[in-house]
Amino acid sequence: MSGGLLIEFATADQLLEAARHARANGFATAEAYSPFPVEGLADALGFHRNRVALVTALGGVLGGLSTYALIWYSAVLDYPINVGGRPLHSWPSFIPPTFEVTILGAALAAVIGMLAMNGLPRLRHPLFDMPEFDLASRNRFFLFLPADDPAYDADAARAWLQTLSPLRITEQGR
Amino acid sequence: MATAPTSREIGVLGAGWTYASVSDRIADIVLTQPMGRGWWIAFAVTLVGVLCFFGATAWLFAQGVGIWGVNIPVAWGFAIGNFVWWIGIGHAGTFISAILLLLRQRWRTSINRFAEAMTLFAVAIAGIFPILHLGRPWFFYWLVPYPNVMNVWPQWRSPLLWDFFAIGTYILVSLMFWYVGLIPDLATLRDRAGSAPALRVKQHIYGLLALGWRGEARHWARYESAYLLLAGLATPLVVSVHTIVSFDFAIGNTPGYHSTIFPPYFVAGALFSGFAMVLSLAIPLRHFFHLESFITQRHLANAAKVLIATGWLIAYGYAAEIFTAYYSGDRYEIHVVEDRWFGAYAPVYWAMLVCNVLIPQLLWLRRARHSVWLLFAISLIINAGMWMERFLIVVSSLHSDFLPSAWGMFYPTIWDWIHLLSSVALFVWLFLLFVRFLPTISISEMRQLVRTSAKEGA
Repeated sequence: MSGGLLIEFATADQLLEAARHARANGFATAEAYSPFPVEGLADALGFHRNRVALVTALGGVLGGLSTYALIWYSAVLDYPINVGGRPLHSWPSFIPPTFEVTILGAALAAVIGMLAMNGLPRLRHPLFDMPEFDLASRNRFFLFLPADDPAYDADAARAWLQTLSPLRITEQGR
Repeated sequence: MATAPTSREIGVLGAGWTYASVSDRIADIVLTQPMGRGWWIAFAVTLVGVLCFFGATAWLFAQGVGIWGVNIPVAWGFAIGNFVWWIGIGHAGTFISAILLLLRQRWRTSINRFAEAMTLFAVAIAGIFPILHLGRPWFFYWLVPYPNVMNVWPQWRSPLLWDFFAIGTYILVSLMFWYVGLIPDLATLRDRAGSAPALRVKQHIYGLLALGWRGEARHWARYESAYLLLAGLATPLVVSVHTIVSFDFAIGNTPGYHSTIFPPYFVAGALFSGFAMVLSLAIPLRHFFHLESFITQRHLANAAKVLIATGWLIAYGYAAEIFTAYYSGDRYEIHVVEDRWFGAYAPVYWAMLVCNVLIPQLLWLRRARHSVWLLFAISLIINAGMWMERFLIVVSSLHSDFLPSAWGMFYPTIWDWIHLLSSVALFVWLFLLFVRFLPTISISEMRQLVRTSAKEGA
């Protein structure tokens, strides 16, 4: 990260408004930080490709299919046990483990996928060194305008930011 | 300049809270507030219980399952009853966090975290009992399907194997659900600890666990999708787990086990005992940590209403068992029912009906639902009653099944009691550690609730 402007607000609605302004002023990579999920905030920043559900579905399908395949291979091909002539491929009793691992695969994919797409774990981040940024997990709302965004112009940004009555604006050095 | 919102009284949250004050109130329980004398006494007492649990388990491993009262015909004694009971208690946690989330029930917010912790501990303890109960517990991993030098595979048609998958999945998914919910709160603890040099160690530990969470809007969007999806996955999971536990019984042809009512009856019983345990934990928690404006009368009363509903479901289960026995005309089924009424274990049966059906009817009274200590007493009674139900299901069918010459009694030994009571101590001990080291209420969701309540009032 190469610096930028960090703007602090007291309420979620102000941050939402600021995010819309940033988008309107051409920012494509502005970031917003809040202590709880604010409805519409990611949308306002132009985030539309949330692939968590897709990854979860794939994890579930993978878990279910692989488990059923394992059961079928082990009970029918590799280790067939003839119990009174009953069919080897007794699929109803294969359903419970298949169902459970489908859920497990989907849940693992949801959690790991969510973390991976968020770029976490990432214990160090330059923003953690910014003044008051620790309040982003308590009661304050932050907008970050990165300097490497093509729309970045610190003086112009300050001008429209002042109309939103921020608590403080900090410039992060390059 | 806009000011930060202040909460209004909305039943599930008291008035006058802001983002900062809810955050500090909950975080400081963990970070700075010293644990009172009550916590230390409870910790010491339950630690003795935990040591008893490990001691009894060591003795069990040294001597074998013969130290318990189990024998033929009653080969499943307390251990399997305890297993079913603990698994059932776990279910309310998932119900509160997953199903009430999907139904957008606001009263879930301040009780979901500790209910999930309760689930995790209950399921972990439940998972120990079937292993203890094995004659050769060191071979339990043979349930895992892996290519091995013995050249055998597990028996996929056995409910015991299904159980292994159900419990394993349940504990992992509960753990993930709990941990994902904790991540933003761990970040809060990290940041709040960061301002005080005395808390440096805590800052590092919480910081590692928070995985570097910063609360970016895109992160929140993916986080919320993942959390909702986990809730959607946990909902069928929680129903399937106790269904599969009931298959351990219902697939067998023992009279009293072999019944299609078992899956729904087990799930209803699980929610019933789980909500009772939620109350048993919530009432002391709010009392000792003064969380009355977060865990309000409304929460307790709502949980009491769930108790009435699920209590009637299991009452229906009891009635259906009796009806099915007589309607089938099967003499063995009828015998099991009559043996429960008048046989050797009849006192347990009647005590169970008093605890699970009769006493919970008090909750129809508004005054009973709003009397905290009466609720606490009723919740403990229901916990005891549900344990009796699990005991009866396991033991009473086995002790007199088909041929009278093969009937026999089960008498618990001192080791049976030690394992039961010390598992309760282990549960409470884990819970005490949880309230000491992790936020008992979801801080980020409380902040959201502050925002909604302020908006509604405006």
